[in-house]
Amino acid sequence: MIANYGYKDGSGEYYISIDTDKCIDCAANRACLTACPKEMFEMITDDYDDEVAWVKKSNTRTLAYDCAECKPAGGHTSLPCTTACTPGAIKHSW
Amino acid sequence: MNAEVAAATVAEAAPEKKEFWRWQENVWFDETKNWKDAKVITCGIDVGSVSSQAVIVCDGELFGYNSMRTGNNSPDSAKNALQGIMDKIGMKLEDIHYVVGTGYGRVNVPFAHKAITEIACHARGANYMGGNKVRTILDMGGQDCKAIHCDEKGKVTNFLMNDKCAAGTGRGMEVISDLMQIPIAELGPRSFDVDVEPEAVSSICVVFAKSEALGLLKAGYTKNKVIAAYCQAMAERVVSLLERIGVEEGFFITGGIAKNPGVVKRIERILGIKAVDTKIDSQIAGALGAALFGYTLMQKQAKAA
Repeated sequence: MIANYGYKDGSGEYYISIDTDKCIDCAANRACLTACPKEMFEMITDDYDDEVAWVKKSNTRTLAYDCAECKPAGGHTSLPCTTACTPGAIKHSW
Repeated sequence: MNAEVAAATVAEAAPEKKEFWRWQENVWFDETKNWKDAKVITCGIDVGSVSSQAVIVCDGELFGYNSMRTGNNSPDSAKNALQGIMDKIGMKLEDIHYVVGTGYGRVNVPFAHKAITEIACHARGANYMGGNKVRTILDMGGQDCKAIHCDEKGKVTNFLMNDKCAAGTGRGMEVISDLMQIPIAELGPRSFDVDVEPEAVSSICVVFAKSEALGLLKAGYTKNKVIAAYCQAMAERVVSLLERIGVEEGFFITGGIAKNPGVVKRIERILGIKAVDTKIDSQIAGALGAALFGYTLMQKQAKAA
């Protein structure tokens, strides 16, 4: 399942996608949980009883701001979350 | 001025406010069946931000439902929704084997055995209502909008939700209904009563769309033309969400706005796809899916025993 967390508003589209099929048997030892400076990711048991990562509800409406420091303008050349997620389950839309 | 005249003057000055946004609440059950014949009775309760539904499923088939406006708090809304249908069919809570809560207030349904997200429940409900060919679901809820892909069993394969912005939601339509002083159920049909289809209002924000609509009225637009412009804007808005996950054949719309042909037909026109028809109330999809999940869980428990 591709789970898209985020929103679209007048300023643009801000979604973090998590491919839960790649996330279930994480080969990166859940590295996303610690890689994100804002600790936006956490593990949940989804509706189909799979243990997967999701973006915390408190962050889904503020992604444009929460992720800003990890974007190129913040001095990063790659996103810590997508880099840590070696199975390639995490993607940003912007 | 005597008291009688004063009271009449006040009454004239402040006429009773008509609630144009108020949509039809609905209780229904299948009179050809008797729930007492069922082996397994499950219930789904969808407590949304605007409406709440309780659906009764008997042996995996829809038996009855109640759809009403959400009240001040989730537990009471859940109780009232369920009580409405139970009173109608003479059922008691102890007659129900399994209750699943879903929607915005799902964790606050006091008598629920399990809570499941509305995304999974809408997909499951749409699969029942529109058949196993349904692949793309658009849920236009009261205060959010969801685009969902599912497989032939109604299992979610991709989803996207926008609950930050009220554009493209039922609440947005309620605001326009009140602004135009036209009952909400008439907005869709009236939006087609225009000589030329107007361009969509440019603002996607409900607040600014409202002020833009007022500006159009002042500029000489008829009410119908303003409604058409708003319906078009809403359609364009939700289509942009749908396009993010892609649209496949077997397109199904759930939620209250599925009852508004002014938005539905414009979405169909933009996408070039006709939405799958159903005779079941589009607003109950989430609660129906929840009740069906309950039925599956009961079956699993029986097999395990």
